[in-house]
This record gives sequence, C-alpha cells and structure tokens, in this order.
Amino acid sequence: MPKVKFDILESTCVPLPFENVDTDQIIPARFLSATSRQGFGDNLFRDWRYTKSGEKNTDFILNDPHFNGKVLVAGKNFGSGSSREHAVWAIFDYGFRAVVSSFFADIFMGNALNNGLLPIVISEVLLKKLLDLIQKDPGTKVKIDLEKQIFTILSTGDSVKFNINPYKKECLLKGLDDIDFLLSIKGLITSYENNKIQVK
Amino acid sequence: MNSKTLFDKIWDSHVVKSIEDGPDVLYIDRHYIHEVTSPQAFNGLKERSIPVFRPGKTLATADHNIPTRNQHLQIKDQLSRNQVERLSENCQKYGIELFGLNDPKNGIVHVIGPELGYTLPGMTIVCGDSHTSTHGAFGTIAFGIGTSEVEMVLATQCILQPKPKRMRITLDGKLHKGVTSKDIIMFIISRISASGATGYFVEYCGSAIRSLSMEGRMTICNMSIEMGARGGLIAPDETTFEYLKKLPSIPGIDDLEASVNKWKNLHSDTDAVFDKELKFDAASIKPMITYGTNPGMGMAIDDTIPLSDDNGNKASSSFLKSLDYMGFKPGMKLLGHPIDYVFIGSCTNGRIEDFRAFAQIIKGRRKAENVTALIVPGSKKVEDQMVAEGLTELYKNAGFEVRQPGCSSCLAMNEDKIPLGKYAVSTSNRNFEGRQGPGARTLLASPLSAAAAAITGKISDPRDFMTEEEKVKI
Ligand code: SF4
Repeated sequence: MPKVKFDILESTCVPLPFENVDTDQIIPARFLSATSRQGFGDNLFRDWRYTKSGEKNTDFILNDPHFNGKVLVAGKNFGSGSSREHAVWAIFDYGFRAVVSSFFADIFMGNALNNGLLPIVISEVLLKKLLDLIQKDPGTKVKIDLEKQIFTILSTGDSVKFNINPYKKECLLKGLDDIDFLLSIKGLITSYENNKIQVK
Repeated sequence: MNSKTLFDKIWDSHVVKSIEDGPDVLYIDRHYIHEVTSPQAFNGLKERSIPVFRPGKTLATADHNIPTRNQHLQIKDQLSRNQVERLSENCQKYGIELFGLNDPKNGIVHVIGPELGYTLPGMTIVCGDSHTSTHGAFGTIAFGIGTSEVEMVLATQCILQPKPKRMRITLDGKLHKGVTSKDIIMFIISRISASGATGYFVEYCGSAIRSLSMEGRMTICNMSIEMGARGGLIAPDETTFEYLKKLPSIPGIDDLEASVNKWKNLHSDTDAVFDKELKFDAASIKPMITYGTNPGMGMAIDDTIPLSDDNGNKASSSFLKSLDYMGFKPGMKLLGHPIDYVFIGSCTNGRIEDFRAFAQIIKGRRKAENVTALIVPGSKKVEDQMVAEGLTELYKNAGFEVRQPGCSSCLAMNEDKIPLGKYAVSTSNRNFEGRQGPGARTLLASPLSAAAAAITGKISDPRDFMTEEEKVKI
C-alpha cells in the first residue's frame, strides 16, 4: 500500500456527468494484466477516451484541453461493480487526487481511501450546480480542506462539510498505512486466535 | 436487548478490536486469492520483507485470465501468462495451496471454494473479487476486497472494516414454472436499483429462498453486489447440511455432526431488528432479462423497456445513453430480437445445476445457426460431472462445444470476447458497457432463457419450451 499524504487541495475539475460509472468503464478488464500498481492511468476510461480504431475520441472530456485538474466530479453511484483496486490506481495515476459525487459504491470508497484518493460526497443539488458551473466555465475551482472537512466552490462561495471516518482522516493527513497499524497489533490478533469465541 | 441478526452474530465474534470512531479489526477465517488482484499485494509483502501470517488460511486459483481452450499448452498472451506464473511463484514462496491451471481442483474461485468444502457456515471469508458474496449462501460473512486489503489479510489475517448496516429481504410465495434463482435476484435488483443496497449487508429469508438448492442460493448471494450490497447471506439449514454431508471431505473438520449441531444456532433471533426490511412475493416473478448497461435495468422477458428510469419523469441522459449503447429504444419489446452469442458460465451460473437446466431445453433440439455459444463450466469438477452425466455429449449433439473452466466471457480478460455491437444473452452477472469485450451488448438472463435464445437465435421466453412438470428450481 502506498503512503500518501493529503491536506489541502485547490484545483480546477474535470466533469463526468453520468450516473453509475462502473469500474469496467474506469479501467476495462483487459488492462488488468499488469503486476505492479503503476501505469494504469494510460488506460483510464479507455473505451470512452479512444475510438474503436485507437484514435483519441475528441468528444470525451479527458481529451478536451479546456478541462483539467486534480478533481474528478462524477454522477451518482460512481465506482460500482468490481472490487478491482486498479480503478483507483488508474484515477490516481492519471493525476486525480479527489473524486466528488453524490454517491459512491462501497468497495470503491474503501479502495480510494486506502490509496490516498479522497472520495467526497456532496448533495445531489450541489453536485448538479457544480457540474453546470464547470461545464460553463472550465476554470471553476474548488478547495478541499481535509483537516476541517470543508469542500468549497471558490467562485460561488458554496461551502459544505463532508464526512470522513476519523480514523481514515488521520491516516490520510499523516500518510499512515493500515498495514503498519495491523502489524502493530499482531499480539492481539494471536491472542484472539487462541481464545476464539464461538459464534453464539 | 440481546437479540441479534445472524450477520451481527458472525461479525461480532470476529472482531479482534474496535477502533474508536473507526473501523473494526475483523479476523478472516478464509481468504481466497487469484492471479489478477494478488500480485501487487505480494509485492507489498516483499517490500516490507514480511511473511504471510497464516498461509494455511489462504487458498489460490487461476481463473480470471486463463484461456478456455488448450489449457495444457503454454498461455499465449504474455501478460496473462506472467500473472499466472507470478501467482505460482508467490504461492510456492509463501507456502499457499494453489489449485492452478490443469489441477483437477481448478476452477472459478467462488465455484471451487464451496465444492471443495472450504466455505463453511459461520465463517468470515474475503477475496479480491466482488462476487465473494457468493459464499454467503452457507451462512457466512463473505465479501469482496481491494488489493490493499488482500495485502492486509496476507500480512495479518485481518482487515479494517466499518460495520455495514443490515437489511432483510424476505421472499415468500411459490415460484412459477421457468423462474430460477437468477430471475429472483434480477427481479430484486430491478426493483431496488443497482445501488439500492449500498452500505448494507443483506440477509435473504422466506419460504421461496428456503426452497432453493445450495446452487440456487449461491446465485442469489452472488449478485448481492449488483445492488450495491457489501454482501448477502442465508442462514444455514438442512439443505446446507445435506450439501456439506455429501462432500467427499471437508478440510479441517473431523466431526461433521458436532459442527452441524453448532451451525444450527446460526440464524437471526426472532426479534432481531434490521435497519431496512423489504418483502417480495415470489409468485410475481417471471423470467427476467436486462435491457441496459447496469444490472438494475432489468424487466420480465415478455415486458417492454420502460419509457423512463424514474417514475414518470423524463428519461435521464444516463438512461438514454445506456439504451443507445444497447441499440434499444424506450418502449421496445425484446422478445424476438435477434442475438449473436450465448454465454453460459461464470460464478453466477456455472455450476452443475445450471448446465442441467440448460440441457433441459436443449435436449432434442439444435443450436440456431446464427448463434455462437460459449459453454464454460465453473470448475474442473463441474466439467467432469457434465461428462459423467452425459450433458457434454448432449450439448455436442445439439451443435454446442464445451470449453474448459474459467471466468471466460464474464469479464473477457482472455480471448473469449463478444465482438463490437453484437448481442450476447449471458448467464453472468454484469451487463456493463464493454464488460464482455469492447462494444459488446450483454443481456443478462438465466440458463433457461439462455438455452431458449441459443436454439431460436432470438430473445425467447423459456416457458415456451417447457412442460408443466418441467418446473425446475435452480
Ligand atoms: S466469473 Fe466473473 S464475476 Fe465470477 S469471479 Fe470470474 S470474473 Fe468475477
């Protein structure tokens, strides 16, 4: 697991106004054959980014030079489907550091947090407003303050508090890793094994 | 109040430690791994120079990336071969049992776990694959995890997990002819949407669930993830115990009777409270099919595609984009629509009962000329059983070829891809864009509906090919 620190991020955004974007769209299965975590960004949204003949699909947002930034803003139920962590690695490897949506799939959310990619849930109303704003003005910036758990659209001043599990927040702020923590309680794990309570 | 749900009973007894304001440290009884989501986890162990903590609790198989023809030959695709070889090396290095390619116990991870007796009631089971929920059919807490978590389990036999909420779905009533467990779960997902159970762990109850075989229960639990649930489970009962008693051996269990007596306690207390309760009538379910690009977009096979995705409002752009990908229009009827491919297999419907059901309709008929069929057993054991029961021969006489086991066209990592724009009636679990190959159009259905499509070359109602007595439960 990589150790990534996250504190304050100010960035323009890339809008992806579709619902139910699943992990097969984020990274198609045929690109999962690598044995390291790097390089998946090249195939992020592969089948939307390139035409069947392998050319850049100029209609797709990632190929539009007006839109860039470290924040991906997506429609509801983002990351549904497979447990492939490759989806998160691809988004991170491409350069995104946060994904904003009104709803995330569970496994995706956990995978993102384990890799320093911050998933931020905002209301559907605010999400729609943000998507509209970015589409009208690709220069629209947002600010994410993890310590204070505040998400702000800088041009309008819309500001909301977002939720994050306090343990995960701590890990991200300090760049800590779950495995270090689990290894540190190995004694406890062994004693659990020795006294395993029966399911009652 | 000490009443507990089954989920709580199993979960609570596996908590090593609760972190304040944080997740639980959950102890894992059984860990399954495969070639695609494990290499980076093993790399992590190497970087830290630490061993696998409890190698005996992890089992490995090669399934996702392997060819379904000529498995005795070297894998042609270099990247796939590399992944499979890395898995063998890692298993050997760390002392993990591997049922690799050509091993008589090889197969799809969620098919072999139960059939080899490694999945047992009351366990916590994880695997780097979202359909780990399958094992919940035995009354286990089983769910998919990411590769970072695979690394956690390898390193410490534990993961950090926030406790999900609990949902109960009760299905009472009598199932109609031609309605299988696949139709039940597709019906439920179509009712509650592809994200309707996100954040929950689902317990399935009711007489219609109880009436299902273990294979049928596995199909139900398998697709729990397709409505966003963390997992699904069914309390063990006589059907479960009979299944286990028939297995040739159960690793680690010496006195099965004693274990069965213990497992009889695995059920939700009568007054246990769930965070959400849903009830459905089994008699209202018909054979199902999907028309869109997520499993929530399903309908009765003789129905028409809805005009909009949410009650009466204008169809959203996501809904129309999805129909456009499929080449369909709102209001369209699907019966009679020509198809190109049929795929029967996967961890959803790749067990022996599924192939028996398929045979029931194929028997005495022939594959349609315009259809390419991929028939892929879920495991070597299923493959052998198909030969022994004469199913392979029956398929052959009807114009079908049986492949070797693997995930195959379910995710199309190998060469079993559905070509651009082609329609495939598939017994797998996901109809996402490109899931079965770039541009492939997937219609999810039961093995019976797949059989009806295979012989007619069109989307067809399986009930038209069955007599009243032929009502099967799978
Ligand atoms: S058959 Fe499909 S869903 Fe099942 S484990 Fe293989 S790829 Fe995953």
